[in-house]
Amino acid sequence: MRDTIRFLKGGQVVELENVGPTETVLDYLRLRCRQTGTKEGCGEGDCGACTVALGRLVDGKLVYQPVNSCILLLGMIDGAELVTVEDLALDSKLHPVQAAMVEFHGSQCGFCTPGFVMSLFTLYHAHGQEKSRKAVTEWIAGNLCRCTGYRPIVDAALDACFDAADDAFSWRANETRELLQKLADSRDVFIGESDSFFSSPATLDGLAALYGQHPDATLVAGATDVGLWITKQLRDLPKMIWLGRIEGLERVESSPSGVLIGAMATYETTEEAMSDLSPDLGVLWKRIGSKQVRASGTVGGNIANGSPIGDTPPALIALGTTLELHSSEGSRALPLEKFFLDYGKQDRNSGEFVTGLFVPRPSSNQAFRCYKISKRFDQDISSVMGAFRFTIDDGTITDARIAYGGMAATPKRAEHAERALTGALMDDPSTWGAGMQALLSDYKPMTDMRASAEYRMETARALLAKALMEISGTAPDEIRVLAIREADNDRAA
Amino acid sequence: MTVPLDSSDMPGPMKHVRKALPHDSAEMHVMGTATYIDDMPEPVGTLHVVPGWAREAVRGRIVSVNLDDVRSAPGVVAVLTAKDVPGINDCSSSFGGDPVLAEDEILFYGQVVFAVVATSRDAARRAAIRAKIEVSPITPILTPEDAIDADTTVLPDYQFRRGSPETGMTAAEEVLEGSMRIGGQEHFYLEGQVAMAQPQESGGMMVYTSTQHPTEVQHTVAKVLGVPDAAVTAEVRRMGGGFGGKESQANQWAALASLAARFTGQACKVRLDRDDDMIMTGKRHDFRVDWKIGYDLDGRIRAVDMEFLARCGYSPDLSLGVNDRTLFHADSSYFYPDASIRSRRLRTDTCSNTAFRGFGGPQGMLAAERMIDAIAIKLEKDPLDIRKLNFYDGERNLTPYGMPVEEFEVMHDLISQLEESSDYWNRRDDVNDFNSANAVLKKGLALTPVKFGISFTLKHLNQAGALVHLYTDGSVHLNHGGTEMGQGLYQKVAQVVAEEFGVTLDKVRITATNTSKVPNTSPTAASSGTDLNAMAAKVAAAEIKGRLIEFLCEQHQCGTDAIRFSDNKVFVADESFPLSEIAKQAHWARIQLSHAGFYATPGITWDRESATGRPFYYFAYGGACAEVTIDTMTGEMTVDRVDILHDVGHSINPAIDLGQIEGGFAQGMGWLTTEELVWDEKGRLRTHAPSTYKIPTAADIPADFNVQLYKGSGNPQSTVYRSKAVGEPPVMLANAVFCAINDAIASLSPGQIPNLDAPATPEAIMKAVQDLRSRRPSS
Ligand SMILES: Cc1cc2nc3c(=O)[nH]c(=O)nc-3n(C[C@@H](O)[C@@H](O)[C@H](O)COP(=O)(O)OP(=O)(O)OC[C@H]3O[C@@H](n4cnc5c(N)ncnc54)[C@H](O)[C@@H]3O)c2cc1C
Ligand code: FES
Ligand code: FES
Repeated sequence: MRDTIRFLKGGQVVELENVGPTETVLDYLRLRCRQTGTKEGCGEGDCGACTVALGRLVDGKLVYQPVNSCILLLGMIDGAELVTVEDLALDSKLHPVQAAMVEFHGSQCGFCTPGFVMSLFTLYHAHGQEKSRKAVTEWIAGNLCRCTGYRPIVDAALDACFDAADDAFSWRANETRELLQKLADSRDVFIGESDSFFSSPATLDGLAALYGQHPDATLVAGATDVGLWITKQLRDLPKMIWLGRIEGLERVESSPSGVLIGAMATYETTEEAMSDLSPDLGVLWKRIGSKQVRASGTVGGNIANGSPIGDTPPALIALGTTLELHSSEGSRALPLEKFFLDYGKQDRNSGEFVTGLFVPRPSSNQAFRCYKISKRFDQDISSVMGAFRFTIDDGTITDARIAYGGMAATPKRAEHAERALTGALMDDPSTWGAGMQALLSDYKPMTDMRASAEYRMETARALLAKALMEISGTAPDEIRVLAIREADNDRAA
Repeated sequence: MTVPLDSSDMPGPMKHVRKALPHDSAEMHVMGTATYIDDMPEPVGTLHVVPGWAREAVRGRIVSVNLDDVRSAPGVVAVLTAKDVPGINDCSSSFGGDPVLAEDEILFYGQVVFAVVATSRDAARRAAIRAKIEVSPITPILTPEDAIDADTTVLPDYQFRRGSPETGMTAAEEVLEGSMRIGGQEHFYLEGQVAMAQPQESGGMMVYTSTQHPTEVQHTVAKVLGVPDAAVTAEVRRMGGGFGGKESQANQWAALASLAARFTGQACKVRLDRDDDMIMTGKRHDFRVDWKIGYDLDGRIRAVDMEFLARCGYSPDLSLGVNDRTLFHADSSYFYPDASIRSRRLRTDTCSNTAFRGFGGPQGMLAAERMIDAIAIKLEKDPLDIRKLNFYDGERNLTPYGMPVEEFEVMHDLISQLEESSDYWNRRDDVNDFNSANAVLKKGLALTPVKFGISFTLKHLNQAGALVHLYTDGSVHLNHGGTEMGQGLYQKVAQVVAEEFGVTLDKVRITATNTSKVPNTSPTAASSGTDLNAMAAKVAAAEIKGRLIEFLCEQHQCGTDAIRFSDNKVFVADESFPLSEIAKQAHWARIQLSHAGFYATPGITWDRESATGRPFYYFAYGGACAEVTIDTMTGEMTVDRVDILHDVGHSINPAIDLGQIEGGFAQGMGWLTTEELVWDEKGRLRTHAPSTYKIPTAADIPADFNVQLYKGSGNPQSTVYRSKAVGEPPVMLANAVFCAINDAIASLSPGQIPNLDAPATPEAIMKAVQDLRSRRPSS
């Protein structure tokens, strides 16, 4: 048992005994350390002003990830290197990304700038990124700037971020690796008392035991949902159990039959495998949150959170995903759609937690499509998200799995439409009408700030039509605006 | 790619002015060492203030306020209500009606009722939500229609009228009419509202405030505390963005911090939570615009009738100037022979709408572009041809408010250059080809002009002061009434002063705007920051320099033209002396090395009452060409390419000006596309965080984005180094994006005018598409 957290900052090991269960990294920096370079713009993970970098060892390699410190719990940086904007310049000699930001006039009011600098710092250290405007904008879509219009920041990134890293961090990478290896231990972490603590078990059994003992504790994976309960809803969450140190929970295993995703696998680490299952999943994954959110947020958390507007559940349901749960009582598995009982209610027993999920690979006679509709392409919550898997034999749909987000109180299958489409002919659009019509009886969507009920319904039907048009090949050349956007990027490059 | 401006293109051998130098704080920005108010070291014992409000109430009478649980919450030191205000409980900029703390009524969703003062911000936030406030509800007035029905306004109606629009309409060969809604906009400055107040001896108050208008903060705090203005000092070194949202809207938080500081005797800080900030502060005005236009079959406008119905919110705030500016820009760049342009300033039970970059101008111009597009669609002509046909020219050059458009040639030249560089006509063919080939995706193209009047339309605000000291080591202290919010004002003024003194920029010390150094200042607004403050600073520097020249002439028995200031030196005929030495000598000779410069914009004669005279010193011009693609099944939209040509006169700093243009365009594009403010049926703002309110990201800026500064002969008016203001005009470049979306929708049904409202979210686009389809004879 360890009753401290330990991390690296500025080449030194920092060990903290006093770690509040809900204390954020941003508050630690600004209030405790009075290091005010890192800014708060929103306190909810959406603006990137608070971006800091975390260095961790991944397969022995030192990897820097941008994270939103406003919703990151202090305890979650255990075992990592924390890099903030103050750490970059060496004796007032600017870091290459800082120098480029100055040279290209990348700051105006400057309030977003430390966050951008840190995002660019992680891009500077990223391995094997192809140099393109798209790579940059994808990387910084989680950093909002209200002043510059971004062009100079993108230019600065293109100029500075794509050569081999040559900075104090790369010079001392070996040393950092050694220090990080030393910090990695397999002791359980428990800081606090039994009624108020931050803890981080090192094993699944340890977790099962601790959670069994404290079923009222809050489980935290990436904290991209839980963080907001703290900063925005001001919830009292005295008992915090972070799952980030449990060996094996971060696994992502691809096989011909599908992909196994551990509960701590992030959007980032699952992206390649998902993209390989279906290109549409790759597109969807890239549109979830931002680089920062994807570096922390887990697929397991997206499911466990049970939100009706989470992006992964509809896609995973359409693909026939199975969810695995575990507790000190044992394990069980269930079809993902069965997990979502009602708004805010999931089939999860006291002391039970998610260990992983299995996503079957579509077979050769199955076609999969999914579409996310939101006001903004990047880092926005869907107003409607539609996912479709059709099994097609000899031009006839023999099985349909359709699920939507944003259309009901839970991610939900369109059972009427699925039935109505079974038997539809791919080359005869007139046989699709019944399915389109049936959607009307599958959902009663709501009106909210993201979209009206009418728009949601219309769009849900449009997405189904789109999937059928694309799969059947009856669509004109290109029917996705996103593809035009990509082409624009390529043309300008 | 954007081609950087070649500074050798610009006239004049200058050392600092016209150089693309970095922002004065650029290095501090990237290192995280630029200090914003929340970053300042806190005095020992600093307390934190969080505003509390009735979280469900929209409009109603306060029945009871129970703050017991707030008071007993951990860390709470005091809880303040309206009763604790020693002076006048008002933080309005001009007309009154903005209580710092609510008295008996809730006037809008988010009105502050009390303030918690606690040992930490977290403790104060947790305490604030424990209040129990009972409100007896009154049915709120929310929409323009509600307000018209109730006939309730915050200010009297106003209008411009020329000729006889009625006769014009009758004489016109065709008449079209329509109505459009234009949404508001949240400023979303990255640094939220913040102020820190430190009590001083004998009733004084030092207020650090993130404001565009320190003088107004000073006056507000004095008024609220009931002390003379002279007892209060307001200071701001920099804001993390303002955009108009910290013009009047900063007052309340500075007042609350000061009130708490007065009450507790400790330094007190208010830093709003982002959601509170978005709920409590005013936004860009949203409008319904009803329009009618008479034109001839060649597309020439005969008569215009426009009514602008603005939701001003619960109080007047800056709505007078904002709505006047809407009228001043309802012509965009077009000549209206006969016109009636009316404005109603509707009172609604919503937050009080306020200044926002463009200050009402963008809404006026967008409505004008809608009318032009309508004519083009109806006549099945290209909108660009209709635009050019109606441009002001040598004969038809009087605006509806009687000011001549003197630089119409700049407008014509700029647009024709852009037409060429954007390859408009070939791309029009490509767009048509694309649209006939694709049944689902449609492209649209538009090229729109910008003409923006520069000056405050409230005449007295067109003045500025600066305070410049030359020290005996040759370094210069620079202070002026303008504030720095990222627009590079401090840098530009420093360049001007360095030029004037012939010193290197490192000798010029830029200092925080402070009401005790330069008093009675105007807000940094109306794009006038550089025009006014750089002039005042130049005047001050020139005065000190003049004294040195006089001194040297006497000492060396030479004429003034023998003396030159350059490279931190003073050249007297063939000799040179370090400036420090000359400064020392002058000091010994008892010559004052400090001067308060003053500048008032000449030639402004606007009289609002009679709606006559000249409101603007000059106009700034620009043009943008945008191409978009929309999905007619889902309403999704992407901006494919944007070309911009913008007139900044002779730029003082081309890099900073380019930044204003690009940033202004992006902000305008957000306003017209993804940024949607949604109030629910009860009148509660539902989009009060970046999770629900979406400003553009880097990926929304088109990859093909070409921005150029117009190479002209400089400002014909004698502005500082013949530059032109650049803060606001670029916002309206984004009208091209909106018009291009409209163009794409219109392609679905030639001859039919789409009813696209702003912002053009996917849902708004789908609505317009479906509306158009429902009108089309079914195919
Ligand atoms: C700025 C921003 C943008 C976002 N954009 C999107 C988006 O585009 N699309 C989208 O779908 N979502 C989006 N999200 C939400 C998304 O990031 C989360 O839903 C995320 O997937 C949750 O994962 P996490 O690891 O962060 O979970 P946490 O926040 O740590 O936990 C989420 C919930 O799951 C529970 N939990 C976590 N792990 C387990 C487990 N193993 N067993 C049982 N319960 C567990 C927690 O107790 C909590 O209830 C966004 C969030 C932010 C902040
Ligand atoms: S402060 Fe906005 S993302 Fe953290
Ligand atoms: S520089 Fe102001 S928000 Fe980016």
